[in-house]
Amino acid sequence: MAIQNIIKPENLVYTKSKILTDIPMHYCPGCSHGVVNKLMAEVIEEMGIQEDVIGVAPVGCAVFIYKFLDIDFQQAAHGRAPAVATAIKRLMPNKYVFTYQGDGDLAAIGTAETIHACNRGENILIIYINNGIYGMTGGQMAPTTIDGMKTATCPYGRNNEVNGYPLNITNLLAILEGTCYVTRQSVHNAGSVRKTKQAILKGFKNSMLGKGTSVIEVVSTCNSGWKMTPEQANNWMVENMFPVYPMGDLKDL
Amino acid sequence: MSEEIKLMKGNEAIAHAAIRCGCDGYFGYPITPQSEIMETLMEEEPWKTTGMVVLQAESEVGAINMVYGGAGSGKKVMTSSSSPGISLKQEGISYIAGADLPCLIVNVMRGGPGLGTIQPSQADYFQAVKGGGHGDYQQIVLAPASVQEMADFTVLGFELAFKYLNPVMILADGIIGQMMEKVSLPLFQKRMTDEEIKEKYPWAAYGKPSHRKPNVISSLEIESVEMEKRNQRFQAKYRKIEENEVRFEELECQDAEYMLVAFGTSARVCQKTVELAREQGIKLGLIRPITLWPFPKNEIAKYTSQVKCFFSIEMNAGQMVEDVRLAVNGKTEVAYYGRMGGIVPSPDEVIEFVKTKMV
Repeated sequence: MAIQNIIKPENLVYTKSKILTDIPMHYCPGCSHGVVNKLMAEVIEEMGIQEDVIGVAPVGCAVFIYKFLDIDFQQAAHGRAPAVATAIKRLMPNKYVFTYQGDGDLAAIGTAETIHACNRGENILIIYINNGIYGMTGGQMAPTTIDGMKTATCPYGRNNEVNGYPLNITNLLAILEGTCYVTRQSVHNAGSVRKTKQAILKGFKNSMLGKGTSVIEVVSTCNSGWKMTPEQANNWMVENMFPVYPMGDLKDL
Repeated sequence: MSEEIKLMKGNEAIAHAAIRCGCDGYFGYPITPQSEIMETLMEEEPWKTTGMVVLQAESEVGAINMVYGGAGSGKKVMTSSSSPGISLKQEGISYIAGADLPCLIVNVMRGGPGLGTIQPSQADYFQAVKGGGHGDYQQIVLAPASVQEMADFTVLGFELAFKYLNPVMILADGIIGQMMEKVSLPLFQKRMTDEEIKEKYPWAAYGKPSHRKPNVISSLEIESVEMEKRNQRFQAKYRKIEENEVRFEELECQDAEYMLVAFGTSARVCQKTVELAREQGIKLGLIRPITLWPFPKNEIAKYTSQVKCFFSIEMNAGQMVEDVRLAVNGKTEVAYYGRMGGIVPSPDEVIEFVKTKMV
């Protein structure tokens, strides 16, 4: 078949979301951020809410998410995204407001803002990327670094005596009265990507129903920080992180 | 509507003025001696009348970041705290200044350092006028000396914040916050609608229509060349503020041989001091800076040939005196007298100190 016949619009099965800009993503090849950013764009486009959505960007690898999604954004100080989002949503209740945060941002420096925004039941969506490491600053230990995992600040592996325990903050958030939907997902294969997209869709819809906060943890890879190939990182995540951070819904009201 | 005169505390006056001037949101955390601001707002329940949001945050850090989010939405938002809480807010204030956002921050100062005391103090002068947080930035600092000015500066503070897209701080102290005086409250102004905000503040992040580029509220700029340009723009804005927004008050300055310089509660003490001095035949005057930044340096410099000695009277270890010295620039004497740790100097103490410097 001639190429002209193949590229007809009616044969189109996949295209880049209009919400994704043409700015090249700075994420490392193999990193989960790019996939989750794309899913955010697809859901926003499919829901037709570009004009009604405001994102809150974190500090960390995803700080420039505002360059990749063609929507209004506020860039928050490290850990403070849920506080910033609280005010945006309270002052503009008819808008969709989400935060996009990593594990250092959400589960270490921003623990108080995270727990209290969720406990107040703010009608926002929190996207939480958990890759067990500080990526942007060069691979230091995160609150979610699992036991024995080596990072720049625990070079002999995380040791409970010295470093304490990995923090499963999503389990904590699920027991709060203010959360309505708490789920843990991943994006390492086609099936998990589809499930995560469905979760994001549900999270956005919840934020207009007055049911409380939706939290989606995406257990993710940081192959550069983990010093692995993308494939090794995916396998390592499934074998080592999933037992500590198991997949599935923790709460769905 | 006829003028309404009420008797109330300075803290309460701020709360009422905020509701009346069309404030969209208050975010705070309790701390003495300013908790009446949030308590009054919660009692008034303005969300039922004007639609103003009032929220008790989990911390001062949470509160100032809520202010960031609200300001980035083009809304008229504020927070209040006292000294230790204001220290916690500095990161957020730096981000607000770095993102060109307007907001009002109230500091009802108490004695420090550390947890210090709940008694009134002016020891946060440096923090307020020299930056406080990280990076080269300035906030406009208004120093009320009465309950009336607590109300008036709430309105003025928002006007200046939106005029320059810059944080404005009301720097009061425990006495101004707690004392009761007569106050004429501002007239009611309607809150702006979302449509009005879109038109008036096209930079705000309220959701991107298809016809424009995304609005991004951020203080981040990785390229140092661009970051320097941004800094140059900030500095140009600050020079413009210095040119246009200096506010001060003079008392008996015309023939003064000796001149007090004092703000807030210290200025109230100094008003009495001037009265006592004049009774004793001492030609004493008072310059009361109302804006601590921009500081009335030219207005002070004007008197250097006439005045034998300036006295900076403060409730701290001598902070504003540095700005008085810079204004005077060695042309005449400058002395400092003050009390610390929550003690308010008396007019008699001040006049005795003035006499020790008289030639």
